[in-house]
Amino acid sequence: MEPLADGEYDAIVMGTGLKECVISGLLSTQGKRVLQLDRNGYYGADGASLNLSTLFGKFQAGEPPTNLGANRDYNIDLIPKFIMATGNLTKMLLHTKVTRYLEFKSISGSYVYKAGKVLKVPATPQEALSSPLMGLFEKRRFRNFLIFIDQYKPESPETHQGRDLNTMTMRQLYTDFGLVPDTHQFISHAMCLELDEDHMDQPAASTVATLQTYMYSLSRYGTSPYIYPVYGLGGLPEGFSRICAIHGGTFMLNQDIDEVLFNESGQAYGVKAGNQMAKANMIIGDPSYFPPEKIKPTGVVVRCICLLDHPIPNTNNAESAQIVIPGPQVGRKNDIFVCAMSHGLAVASPGIYVAIVSTLIEKGNPDEDVAPGLQILGPILQRFMSVSSTYEPVSDGSDDKCFISASFDATSHFEHDVDDMLRLYERVSGTKLDMSINADSVEGDY
Amino acid sequence: MANHPGSAANARVHHFKLVLLGDTAVGKSCLVVRFVRDEFFEFQEPTIGAAFLTQTVQLDDATVKFEIWDTAGQERYRSLAPMYYRGASAAIVVYDITNPDSFTGAKSWVKELQRRGDPNVVIALAGNKADLETRRAVEFEEANAYAQENGILHLETSAKNANNVKSLFIEIAKTLPKNAPQPEKEAFPILQQQQETRNCC
Repeated sequence: MEPLADGEYDAIVMGTGLKECVISGLLSTQGKRVLQLDRNGYYGADGASLNLSTLFGKFQAGEPPTNLGANRDYNIDLIPKFIMATGNLTKMLLHTKVTRYLEFKSISGSYVYKAGKVLKVPATPQEALSSPLMGLFEKRRFRNFLIFIDQYKPESPETHQGRDLNTMTMRQLYTDFGLVPDTHQFISHAMCLELDEDHMDQPAASTVATLQTYMYSLSRYGTSPYIYPVYGLGGLPEGFSRICAIHGGTFMLNQDIDEVLFNESGQAYGVKAGNQMAKANMIIGDPSYFPPEKIKPTGVVVRCICLLDHPIPNTNNAESAQIVIPGPQVGRKNDIFVCAMSHGLAVASPGIYVAIVSTLIEKGNPDEDVAPGLQILGPILQRFMSVSSTYEPVSDGSDDKCFISASFDATSHFEHDVDDMLRLYERVSGTKLDMSINADSVEGDY
Repeated sequence: MANHPGSAANARVHHFKLVLLGDTAVGKSCLVVRFVRDEFFEFQEPTIGAAFLTQTVQLDDATVKFEIWDTAGQERYRSLAPMYYRGASAAIVVYDITNPDSFTGAKSWVKELQRRGDPNVVIALAGNKADLETRRAVEFEEANAYAQENGILHLETSAKNANNVKSLFIEIAKTLPKNAPQPEKEAFPILQQQQETRNCC
């Protein structure tokens, strides 16, 4: 056996998805020797941003038509997501100073589907007053509700107005403010980003916390609570990989492995690729690099990448937008998310819009699952459908030294994925990552 | 942060991202360290542990501030990310005059740059380790002819004795278009660092 790269490391990280790159970046910053590899010739794994020719190649769609413009104008996300401006991913970007390498723009608007229409989620009190989402009296109740949420502090009982959100359910809280079910739906799905109705009968505290993050992000940055890295999400893993590299990490793209090597007590100690091998104390990676008995399926996600020659109808020609279609609106359990982006974010040629529809498969037929999302897009030039199983590890890695991330979920944001990333970091390092950094802090030793 | 881009003193400072390319151990980091800190270490660590370094070149009519990105070892297995090339106005492709393979490598890095980089990127080919004349394996004329064919700058440098290092950056600074329209900039101010990027003033 020949050594793979330098042969011995503290950690071998397989896959260059965002989670893997964050972990390798953090480990190498702490002085660990890291080898990171990926079977693809690009960073990002399942979450890469691809140019046109790579995208068409991946979907075996032949040569891209010339009316789509220059190949290099494109950075199309395979897994579309927006970043909550004051959420945990932003904190992690600030914590690691990956912000040095990337530029961000605000997403123009956040929309919700109601009764066959695409409507803007109000971003200001004025918008709330003129929003067709609610009737006149409902608007006042909505306003009172938001004032309560804005002022609510778990540690200050005087802000609770006699409500105990650890026992009161979300449904009870809505009812307490006299809000009608249609309003519950758009608050829960388009603002709290709840994926289904399960939260309604659980204590309101956690849903209220996500609503506060939404409102704080919105107030911080204008028209939507989301930000997005110019040139696509692929910049995120690339940025973290550079953090790892400048601290001595080794990177190998176009490098697959044949197998993870285990000793007689079942602990992973290295990887083998052809006649080469590398050893490490920890084997970290996305589920696709591990034997099937180490992972279990969690669901099936369908994502449909659509190229359009027009903005999404009813979004006021927004350069970028998020549209949430609450499941119950279209006879589904799970929400459908639409992320729309265009040239302003440097992801497509001028005049071309990229809209990506994603949801969990629940009908067995992916076309049927994404249909409500496709219907609101207008004419579609080109579409690419991907159906992928999602996985999570069966164990936490303490016994077998396999530290496996969970697949990215179907949501249009990173909040749940960052939770998984933080847990993975804790499993790998034995310590919690300090997330006390303020997400709107601009201080740092740049 | 030391710089206040809005101030009058900075009004004529032009910011450019410059990337280094070339095979492992040709002296890329040494060139940067010589240029930025005027230091040289025989056993320069392969990585320099910094996100990027900055250095200013004073021309007669303008000040050019380079934001210099080193490969951080990601060139070793040809695993540089698109982010590395993105927005780079200039690139120094380095080879080692004592190592003909590194010159072959440099030519493939030039191709890679033309494929992945900005179409208007200013490229300089640097034959480093020119102090090792007795071990020369790449003739100046050969590299120079290649550079002329491809319309790129060419100098032989020595990070060790500092020869031509400053000139290399000055030549690039002179070649860069100073009056190019600054791309529209409305990127998101989630960080102070935004002000440091080259398009800001």
